Amino acid sequence: MDHPELSRSELHRYARHIALPEVGLEGQLRLKAGRVLCVGAGGLGSPLALYLAAAGVGTIGIVDFDDVDASNLQRQILHGTGDVGRHKLDSAADRLEDVNPHVEVVGHPQRLTSENALEILKGYDVVVDGTDNFPTRYLVNDACVLLGTPNVYGSVFRWEGQVSVFATKGGPCYRCLFREPPPPGLVPNCAEGGVLGVLPGIIGSMQAMETIKLLLGKGVGLAGRLLIFDALEMTWREIALRRNPECPVCSDSPTQTGLIDYELFCGVTRPGEGSLHSAEDFEELDAASVAALLASDTPPYLIDVREPWEWAVSSLAERGARLIPLAELGDRLGEVPKETPVVVYCRSGQRGQSAARQLVAGGYGPVSNLSGGLLSWAESVEPGLPVV
Amino acid sequence: MSVPVHTLFFAAYRDRLGLSELTVELAQGATVADLVAELRGRGSPFDILPEQPAVAVNRTYAMLDEPLGAGDEVAFIPPVAGG
Repeated sequence: MDHPELSRSELHRYARHIALPEVGLEGQLRLKAGRVLCVGAGGLGSPLALYLAAAGVGTIGIVDFDDVDASNLQRQILHGTGDVGRHKLDSAADRLEDVNPHVEVVGHPQRLTSENALEILKGYDVVVDGTDNFPTRYLVNDACVLLGTPNVYGSVFRWEGQVSVFATKGGPCYRCLFREPPPPGLVPNCAEGGVLGVLPGIIGSMQAMETIKLLLGKGVGLAGRLLIFDALEMTWREIALRRNPECPVCSDSPTQTGLIDYELFCGVTRPGEGSLHSAEDFEELDAASVAALLASDTPPYLIDVREPWEWAVSSLAERGARLIPLAELGDRLGEVPKETPVVVYCRSGQRGQSAARQLVAGGYGPVSNLSGGLLSWAESVEPGLPVV
Repeated sequence: MSVPVHTLFFAAYRDRLGLSELTVELAQGATVADLVAELRGRGSPFDILPEQPAVAVNRTYAMLDEPLGAGDEVAFIPPVAGG
């Protein structure tokens, strides 16, 4: 490998690394020559990018299309209070430049898609998956397998986390472990389910450690092993993984040799986009239309499918809404009157779509979903309504 | 003769099932697929388990046709997406 030299100030900065027999001058030069892509600059990406920068990883790419929100700050320690409203990449670049001016931060201000993923990922030595949704996780995995780039995987939920390394030569991939995506609605995301802020700090730091070991070529990596962390119990459980000989992407005779439509694969839709259901399934209503229906002589049966803590902050209870969290809807369908128009709503519209689909499948209806959820309601009907 | 296996549930599975462990009695020669079918057959809330879940038998990832023996520990590995 062709190593760039280290300046006197870099030698001083990395002295504690260079003192390690496993790193030394050669290892530090390897880190400097290293190119790592962080997918997501959120809870996992924060400690990850900070430690990679501090460690002197020469090129750190970051993919993120989001702005910093105040609700990020409880865990996304890459960003500060003064960064709220800024693009995450701008905030990250400033912070990382301050941590270590010797590293180059490359921003990719876009959503990773099947169209751009291979172009963005190629040229990086290691890809680190710190996204917050299933479609992107399958996309990152498949792209890494196709490119032959290791995928350092981490994910978090409430108090529990997982970490592994996928798509190494001869090792299993994410699809070997999770062959099929979970049905939409089974697993709440962090916005719905919550997450203890330190947790992505721990899992993201593990990802940083595995990334640095991969760049150094030292130690025993997590390829072929899944660690499951439980912060409440403070336990780590190790699962030995296996390559699936029939894996559609990483087996010796793969049936999928390119990227696919991962939204479709996972059965999810993005807010405001066309969805998988046919038009006659249920209707998407804007906030003004829902408000008019609720004020009419024959108001629809209104269901809030969010979590109780979200309901406690604000709801449409005064307009007749009942709380049935999405996860309980299947068991509580009996509470919903038949042959009555039903309107469901959630925070941003996605859970509402799942609920509407369940209701239609259960023979209820006509069913409508408040498009854009309570957020759009707060924008156009009830300004000032706090929505978390 | 039934075979008791010790099942474990984490994260979203634990939340949705309302339990973290359960001992299930299976027929001799039963496989992981039989365990999954037995659990799903109990109806709500066990029917939230996928037909082809990721499971580890005695801390090693297992295929659905893997046979189970008395005292085996079967951990259901939940898909987790948060970041």
